Parts: sequence; C-alpha cells; structure tokens
Amino acid sequence: MTEPLLRLDNVKATLRRRRSEQVLLNGVSFEIGQGEALGLVGESGSGKSLTTRAVTRMLDPAFRVDGSITFDGASVLGMNASALRKYRQKDVGMIFQDPRAHVNPVHSVGDFLTEALVRDRGVDQREAERRAVALLDEVGVRNPEARLRQYPHELSGGLLQRVMIASVLLAEPRLILADEPTTALDVTAQSDVMAILDEQRKARGLSLLFITHDLELAAACCDRLAVMYAGEIVEQGAHVYDTPTHPYTVELLGARPDIDAKAERLPVLTYNREIHERLKAEAMA
Amino acid sequence: MSFSAYILKRIGGLLLVLLVTSFLVFGLLYLAPGSPLAFILGPRGGTPAQIAAVTQQYHLNDPFIVRYFAWLGDLFRGNLGDSIVYRQPVSDLLFSRAGTTTALVSLAAVIIAVVGILAGTFAALRGGWVDQVVSTLAAIGLSTPVFVVGVALISLFAVGLGWFPTFGVGSGGFDTIWHLFLPAVALSVASAAYLARITRTAVNEERTREHVQTATVRGLSPRLIVRRHVLRNALIPITTVLGLTIATLIAGAVVVENVFALDGLGSLLVKAILQRDFAVVQAVVLVLVVAFVVVNAIVDVLYTFIDPRISLGSKQ
Repeated sequence: MTEPLLRLDNVKATLRRRRSEQVLLNGVSFEIGQGEALGLVGESGSGKSLTTRAVTRMLDPAFRVDGSITFDGASVLGMNASALRKYRQKDVGMIFQDPRAHVNPVHSVGDFLTEALVRDRGVDQREAERRAVALLDEVGVRNPEARLRQYPHELSGGLLQRVMIASVLLAEPRLILADEPTTALDVTAQSDVMAILDEQRKARGLSLLFITHDLELAAACCDRLAVMYAGEIVEQGAHVYDTPTHPYTVELLGARPDIDAKAERLPVLTYNREIHERLKAEAMA
Repeated sequence: MSFSAYILKRIGGLLLVLLVTSFLVFGLLYLAPGSPLAFILGPRGGTPAQIAAVTQQYHLNDPFIVRYFAWLGDLFRGNLGDSIVYRQPVSDLLFSRAGTTTALVSLAAVIIAVVGILAGTFAALRGGWVDQVVSTLAAIGLSTPVFVVGVALISLFAVGLGWFPTFGVGSGGFDTIWHLFLPAVALSVASAAYLARITRTAVNEERTREHVQTATVRGLSPRLIVRRHVLRNALIPITTVLGLTIATLIAGAVVVENVFALDGLGSLLVKAILQRDFAVVQAVVLVLVVAFVVVNAIVDVLYTFIDPRISLGSKQ
C-alpha cells in the first residue's frame, strides 16, 4: 500500500496554562490519501478546527503538540522555519470560514490573489494576474478583470469566498483544508460555493480535509467521514453515514431533521462525557 | 462625493467655525478686565486729553457689537487691522513670525512621527524587555510637562554640554534647524510618547487579526506580513492620532516658544493677550483655527488612501 499524503498518528494538543494543563486533542489519528476527501464532523468545541490548525502548525505557542503529523513522508512537527514556509506555500491550502475577516480589507482583490505568487515565487506580476483571472473565471466569478481592481468590501460574501478558494488553488497545493467554508454565507451562496470547491478539487485530483456541521453535505462530497467528540475521533470510515456503529454517531445522525417528513420535535442528544468515558473504559477492558 | 465638492464643504465649515471662534474670542477679551490704554500710554498714564484722543482713535468706547462688526468688515476687505501696541499692521506681524512657528511645528511633527511609530512598532514586535523599556519611557514622557522638558533640555544640552544654542531661531537653513532642534524635541516628547503607545496597541491588535493568519498560512515571509498586513493596517489609527496631535502642536508651541525665547506666533499671542491687543489676538487665533481645520482636512483625505473602505465625506 502506498504512503498516504497526510497521516496523523495519535496527535495530542495540550493547552498549557499557568497552573493547569488541558488536553484538547486526545490522540487523533487519521489518513488522507492522494485525491481523497475526508469529512470531519462533530459538535462545536470537539476539536475539528484545532485539528486543521495542528496540520498547518498554526496553533498558538501555548499548545504542546505530541504524536506525529506526516505529510508526504515528511514530519510536519519537525519542520524548521523555512521548511514550514515551503510546506505552507506549496503543499497545503487553507480555506477559512469567514472570508470577510480572513481577507485583508486594505488591499485589492488582485493584490490578495497575486501577492503569494509575486512575492514568494518570483512570478511576474502580469503573469500572476493572468493566472488569477483564469482561476476566477473557473470558480464562476463573472467579469474577473474588473474584480481584481475591486476591494474586499465591495464583494458579497459568496463572491469573496470564491476569491478565497481561487487564492488557494492559485498556489497549486496538494491538500486543501476547508474549515466550514460555507457556514458564514447565506443559503443560496452555500451550495454554489460548495459545488465549485468540490468540482475544482476533483478536477485537479487534490486531497481535502473538510470540516462541517452538515453531515449530509459531508457525506455527499467526501469519500470518508470522521466523527469527533471531545478531542477524539470516535468513528471513521466510508460506512459512517449509512451504517454508524458508535452510539454518539448514531445519535448525531438521528438528530438531523428529515426533509421528507414532518417532525414534531428533534431528538436531543443524550450522549455526554460520562457515557463517553465509560464506553472508553469498557473498550479498554 | 467628488473632491471639489468635498473641498467646498470643508471651506464652508471652516468659515462657520472662524465666525464663531472670532466672536467668542472678541467677546471674552471684551469681558476680561483691563484695557490697552495702560500699555499705550505707559506706566505713568496720560493726560485726560491723551486718553480721550487714544480712546477716540481706537474706538475703545464703542459698544462691543459695533467694534466686532467693524473688525469683521475690515477683515472682509483683507485688512486684519493694526496692532495697538506695536503700531504696525497685524499682517506684517503675523508674516514675520509665522515662519518660526511653522518650522518648529513641522520639525516636531517629523520627530513625533518617526520616533513614535518606530518605538511603538519596535515595542510591539520585539516584546519582552524592549516593550517594557518603551512603555516606561512613554509613561514618563507623557507625564512630564512641556516646560519642564524644555528647561531640562536647555540646562543639559545647551548650557551643560553646549551642543545647542539656548535661544533664537538662527540664520536660516541648517542653522535654523540646529536652533529649533531642542524646542522641537521639547514640543514633541509628550506626543511622541502618546503616538508610541497608540502604535504599539495598534500593531499588537493587527497581528491577531484573522487576515494575518491567512497570510501566515499562505507561507508569506514574516517581514512581508509585518509590512503589508500588520503595519499597513495599523496606519489607520496611527494617522488619526498623528493628525490630531499635529493640530494641537500649534497651540502647544505657545509654551515652548516662551521657554526658548523664540519669536513665533505663540509668544506673540501670549503678549497680545496680556496687553489686550485685540486685533493681534484675533488674527493669531484665526490662523490657529485655520491650521487646525486644514490639518484635519488633510488627514481626512489621507484616510481615503490608507483605507479603501472610507470615501471622502463618508460618515464612517
């Protein structure tokens, strides 16, 4: 079997405080192969975003990260500053939840798209702009030349998220990390943006780590799902959506409203930390 | 809003402000005790005939409103009036002194911008003991009155070490800069300290912004991130404070000019107030107000270049 593109092995992230330590990622392990998409789902605070931050080494210095993160055979946690910059420039691309906050408001869209190419890769400004225009066109932005001259506040949220996606694709990474890329957008923009992301990823054969609350969406555009709870992955695989086995996953899937049936009241999750600890102890025994 | 419409609006606002301030200053001087007679006729006073003649000449017995409108009428004809004390046109007095104050304030503004922004950025980016030292110095600078700084600078660098002259404006060019250096430093200490603190806070705040994370995760070089995404964005609050500071420097120059015996607008204003030299006080105040409004207008225009979200005349 070939080496997966990204492998997390028993990754722990511990937040060190003055007196106490708090384990926020507790032994996360998963693999993403070349061209494969993994959906990471789970409730707020379960450690999904923290996982993507660990993969890009963007965690606050107050965190201690143990375990191993391997990208294409290289240890991410062991990289020095220049290797880390190369890794961030060429290998991984990150799409954030809120494009409004994550794009610098004082620079034009064109500057945002081309700055990485021009400043760090030595691409000629005109060539970089040509590539940016071509990509904006591919992600469904009309009138791309004019968009380059505009500023982020002049664009809608959905349009700005497409710009963000284009900025990531411009760097031609091998793995895309998407942290709830559609959560901050209105409903009509959500499906468009997601469709574009999915289409571009497949066309380019990129790997994807997709974080979302939307189980159906994750199942639709990912090869496998991983379900997180309290900093741990409780269940993962291609079967999760259709035939869940872990009690938490079963409850989570049961709590979704059904579009075909009228439900009086959605079930409330009964799974909690106590049950979680007991199940873990039983599994160990 | 177009640029010309914006300028017209600002000029209209300026005229209104000038009208109100001139009325207030005129009224306050009128209400204050004392009369210019004592300064015109000397310490022994004059004969009743002399007093009557001077009173007649300068319309000192006319009602307040009549004198105000007479002054205003002269102003519209481009005549700022004559100084009672110096017995020469106010415009001549202003011209000979405005240069000194302009040079002093400009030099101080440069010192404030350079020292304040550099120290604040340095403190924010380096952190640790650099941050401690800058913050402590800034606190000391902020809490020391201008005249204390002025006297301390004179006794140390002018009298003690003899590096700088103690008074006067020199003979133009580099000599003037050399003469005005200590006064400009005295004038800029508190403002530079304030700007350093503002810069430090702004830079620290910008560094934690989400868009800086984006830049980091794209693998941009740390130096580029600091320049293009941290400092560039921190310029917005820095410009605000710098603009306001420079505008208030013009008033702060009053104290410094007296400490360093410079014949600028500030020292002229103080003397004129003490001598009830109405026309001079009015004229100097008008110049200060115009300078304040112009500096603010320049800052407003600068904003539109620094922050694309702001357009001329917008309420943001």
